[in-house]
Amino acid sequence: MSKPKPVIEISDLQFAWKKQAQLVLDINSLQVNEGERVFLRGPSGSGKSTLLSLLAAVTAPRSGDLKVLGQDLKKLGHAKRDQFRADHIGFIFQMFNLIPYLSVVENVTLPCRFSRKRKHKVLAQADSLEHEAIRLLDHLDMAHDDVLHKPVNELSVGQQQRVAAARALMGAPELVIADEPTSSLDADRRTAFIDLLFRECDSANSTLIFVSHDNSLEAPFERTIEFNQLNNSVADKRPKLRAVS
Amino acid sequence: MAIVELAIKSFRNRKFTTGLTVLSIALSVMLLLGIEIIRQGAETSFTNTLSGTDLIVGARSSPVQLLLYSVFHIGNPTNNMQWHSYEEIATHPQVKWTIPVSLSDSHKGYRVIGTTEQFYEHFRFADSKALQLEAGNWFSGTFDAVVGAEVAQALGYQSGEKIILAHGAGDESFITHSDKPFKIVGILKRTGTPVDRAVYVGLQSIDVMHDEFNGAAHNHDPLMAHDQHNTEKSNRKSSLSAILVGLQSRGAAIGMQREINEYKTEALTAIMPGVVLLELWSMMNVVERILVIVSGLVVAVGLFSMLIILMTSLNERRREMAILRSVGARPVHIFTLIMGEAVFLTLLAMVLGVAMVYGLLFLVQPWLESLFGLYVVIGWPNATELMFLMIIALCGFVVGLIPGIRIYRYSLADGMTIRV
Repeated sequence: MSKPKPVIEISDLQFAWKKQAQLVLDINSLQVNEGERVFLRGPSGSGKSTLLSLLAAVTAPRSGDLKVLGQDLKKLGHAKRDQFRADHIGFIFQMFNLIPYLSVVENVTLPCRFSRKRKHKVLAQADSLEHEAIRLLDHLDMAHDDVLHKPVNELSVGQQQRVAAARALMGAPELVIADEPTSSLDADRRTAFIDLLFRECDSANSTLIFVSHDNSLEAPFERTIEFNQLNNSVADKRPKLRAVS
Repeated sequence: MAIVELAIKSFRNRKFTTGLTVLSIALSVMLLLGIEIIRQGAETSFTNTLSGTDLIVGARSSPVQLLLYSVFHIGNPTNNMQWHSYEEIATHPQVKWTIPVSLSDSHKGYRVIGTTEQFYEHFRFADSKALQLEAGNWFSGTFDAVVGAEVAQALGYQSGEKIILAHGAGDESFITHSDKPFKIVGILKRTGTPVDRAVYVGLQSIDVMHDEFNGAAHNHDPLMAHDQHNTEKSNRKSSLSAILVGLQSRGAAIGMQREINEYKTEALTAIMPGVVLLELWSMMNVVERILVIVSGLVVAVGLFSMLIILMTSLNERRREMAILRSVGARPVHIFTLIMGEAVFLTLLAMVLGVAMVYGLLFLVQPWLESLFGLYVVIGWPNATELMFLMIIALCGFVVGLIPGIRIYRYSLADGMTIRV
């Protein structure tokens, strides 16, 4: 078996919001390899979103190493980090993922407008961005005429989340980060959504980081990370436990 | 460019408020340009009250006063000119034509002007337009009169009608020449100048009326003077109020003006009408400036309302900005998005405003001309108007900076997470 390619490599990472002395993140080490599906569990407010911001190159660590796809993010300036995100990362929010004044297809093709790499990836295989968008939407059961041309505001939450998934997968980004994407879905739809996500990540060979506090969704994931064990930074003064990763 | 497309599409689901903003700015642009165009039309109409006349000569007085009574029939000369001065000027080699003018009486509030057929022949206005008769002919007999278009319209006169003239300006007069009516032999076409508001008779007719008045004032009972009235054409050379002069060459005007001003035999003033007209117009400048300032304020209010709309929408759009950041947009992209919206709205409003002002002017131009004698030229925007438009565009840009910088800072601080 070939050596697994690391997609995320973290060591001795520390992060705090500018003026605070209190560390929000203090992670000894974390490694995620290509193709893994990771369930990142932790309660709300524990700093998960902050970690995701770092992984998505929106913010930079105060100290420590952070490499995504082999790229040391600390070495990149603001503009390059934004470009890196555009090129390699697909992101799904918990809700309100879509831009209200764009159509469904326009929302899905959005990443390709900011990343020439992703655009070329798509055009290498499909006739046009629109075609690829519709193909993805079709896999997510969103390509019917009656939903495809609906104004985004009129879609149900479940439909919106599926469009968001299509957008995150557009152009086969290497890393897909989903921040509690099923929290606003009905319970019975959650598993179906995860199945769709898995299938698409498989065909694109993308690595998936799925953040949630809902334990019932854990089952399909091959790997679970407890955020509170990962993150050493705690508010109280109890002696810190070293994280076992 | 992705961001520009996004900016344009962002109006899709805010059509109503966007439309209102654009309309309010467009209306204010229309107001500003409309005022400027009409102002120019008014200035042109005013300075074109008289054209082709090189000099106006009268007894010594201030230039503005001479212009006012000789062209606008406002006020009176302090002194009359002597006839022999007129003869000397008329026979001067540099002089091509002259029009003698005598101001005195009034008819129901409209000035009666004594002149000759030279007035009909040589008088020009606007862009060298000549006088034309709507009906009838120019006067020839002592008791013939020709009336201007407004006089005929307001008093309902027809050709052939008899009218009574009174001595001294003003509506009511205690002396009337009721048994010596004048006959209207001609009605002039509308000119949009003071000619429309005048009654023209022969110089000798003025003399006849003056003789009568002088006779009555000196010795006789006013009513008795009527019985002694001589209906024969008087041969006495009359006193003049002013002379309009056309020269052989335009360039001779300054020399001729000086010559007349230094005339030894009689104290005279010669003016170049174009110069004095502009002087008179500039006195009314204050009103124009106020109008421009007011309409400038209206534009400012329109732009301010756009600012308010952009700023109040910022908070709602922070979510949208987080989404854009998550797909790789940079804070400068987000800044450009907002700026682009402000600039696009302003430009759209400007185009709409310009279209509206020209559309409106096309509609009302004939009315302005016939009702107010105001000839408005509809052509490409001139330098002043272009300057106004550029200033508005610049202001729109500056207005866009304010929410632009704010959202730049927001997106920098928020990243992908919103802490609202």
